[in-house]
Amino acid sequence: MALDGNAIGGLLLEIFGSEMTSAEVTCAACGAVGPVAETTVYVRGPGTVVRCRRCTSVLMVIARVRGLNCVDLSGLTALEAKARPDD
Amino acid sequence: MTSPVSRGFHRLRRPTGAEAGKLPPGQHVTTDFPVLSAGPTPHTPLQEWTFSIRQGGQTLRSWTWPEFQGMPAETVTADIHCVTRWSKLGTVWRGVPVAALLDQVEHDAQYALAFSDGGYTTNLPVKDVSGGQAWLAFDYDGQPLAPEHGGPARLLVPHLYFWKSAKWVRGLELLGHDQPGFWENYGYHNYGDPWREQRYAGD
Amino acid sequence: MAGTAVRGRLTWQVATVTAVTAETDSVRTIALDLPDWPGHRAGQHLDVRLTAEDGYNAERSYSIASADGEPVAITVERLDDGEVSPYLTRELRPGDQMEVRGPIGNWFTWGTHDGGPLLLIAGGSGVVPLRAILRHRERSGSSVPARLLYSSRTLADVIYRAELDQYGGSAEVRYTLTRSQPPGWGGFAGRVDDAMLARIAWPASQRPLAFICGPTPFVEAVAELLVARHYPVSRVKTERFGGA
Repeated sequence: MALDGNAIGGLLLEIFGSEMTSAEVTCAACGAVGPVAETTVYVRGPGTVVRCRRCTSVLMVIARVRGLNCVDLSGLTALEAKARPDD
Repeated sequence: MTSPVSRGFHRLRRPTGAEAGKLPPGQHVTTDFPVLSAGPTPHTPLQEWTFSIRQGGQTLRSWTWPEFQGMPAETVTADIHCVTRWSKLGTVWRGVPVAALLDQVEHDAQYALAFSDGGYTTNLPVKDVSGGQAWLAFDYDGQPLAPEHGGPARLLVPHLYFWKSAKWVRGLELLGHDQPGFWENYGYHNYGDPWREQRYAGD
Repeated sequence: MAGTAVRGRLTWQVATVTAVTAETDSVRTIALDLPDWPGHRAGQHLDVRLTAEDGYNAERSYSIASADGEPVAITVERLDDGEVSPYLTRELRPGDQMEVRGPIGNWFTWGTHDGGPLLLIAGGSGVVPLRAILRHRERSGSSVPARLLYSSRTLADVIYRAELDQYGGSAEVRYTLTRSQPPGWGGFAGRVDDAMLARIAWPASQRPLAFICGPTPFVEAVAELLVARHYPVSRVKTERFGGA
């Protein structure tokens, strides 16, 4: 089932230590830029796969193996967290 | 700090006595058929579909859909076990034994990497797909295999965790060495025997 | 205060159930006592972790149904083949405990300074974060015009009906029932389509801000309809729900 980046807000909080759904991600394959919240996310398999909504190429893969998160970010060229004025 | 127990919460349905013997460790039975995937459902038209066996950069043999449908098929009843802990008992498929396809090529490979539309891959020893334990399945439960479950054809290797039964499979790359596929690269087990609970590398 | 806020977001805290309220046959609102809760924005969600006696645990995410300043509440729909929702909607009692992490998510959120006019479109349990937005808008005395279009299968499936029926003035709530409508039904019928949006969606020239929440196919169909009505993609926020 395809969801969006909102569904992994907690997981990304765990990995990055801060809110990431509003972080801006740049796709390494097609250059599309947008918030993590709008990526296409597949969560029900052995791991989590985050794909570019525009070109479907893989941006991130997160696999939880024996309690540790293995994170592959090689599908993106930039990931920039945005601070809110009221954070 | 230890987590407080949530009164009355327990894992999903424990196996009954009758089923307990049939389940690998850590699994529970499901009656539905969860759809798990790593990407969007591909929709390769049948007239473009092929299944290929490749080695060393060459295609040794390739089947079009009509050629594939012309191969002798079997009905298979199997229990399937997903690494996410659900198992589905008594699933019924129709498929061509992978052995029948491999028999049509000459090779000396020990390992295979199955590859699918959308880029998914998974690795298996050749002997695990050639000894009457693996099929290229195109029907599930009496109907043509639905796209969300891997149709038009998927690998079916029920003696291993179900991530090895690659959906939307388009061929096997034969190799002299074991090469980790998509999930194996992230720490999932290269072999994946559910009865020895081989979920992660090193298990 | 800043120290408390950071701790609340990054770690699990123990929550005690204070009330379980039936919204429909299969939907319950669960109010929680969370002494270290740092506050939240409307539209955010929280993660729940349940631990069984044998140590087995399961985690799920739920949109926060309450506005900031109210007791934290979530609304959960029971999915019969689920592992967690049957427990939360059938077994859970006041006094029970769970662990909560949050609030989470800074994209699908609305605060009064985000302005409007607001177009909120809900499919099924997707109404939960949108209800939080309406409650926050009301509590803060905002006069930003708001419209909620809420799609459900039948009238019996409508969550928060009594509360939503009370909105008037600059907040309008309209329902569409897709499977069956009661005799004399004056609301919309059938799936959200362009004709329905023509009657309820703010024109793009007013620079509306849209929030769409519900199952993936619903969200994508509605988003496409809004973009076809010239809503800029940056002004259409989406949150897709899955089962569990």
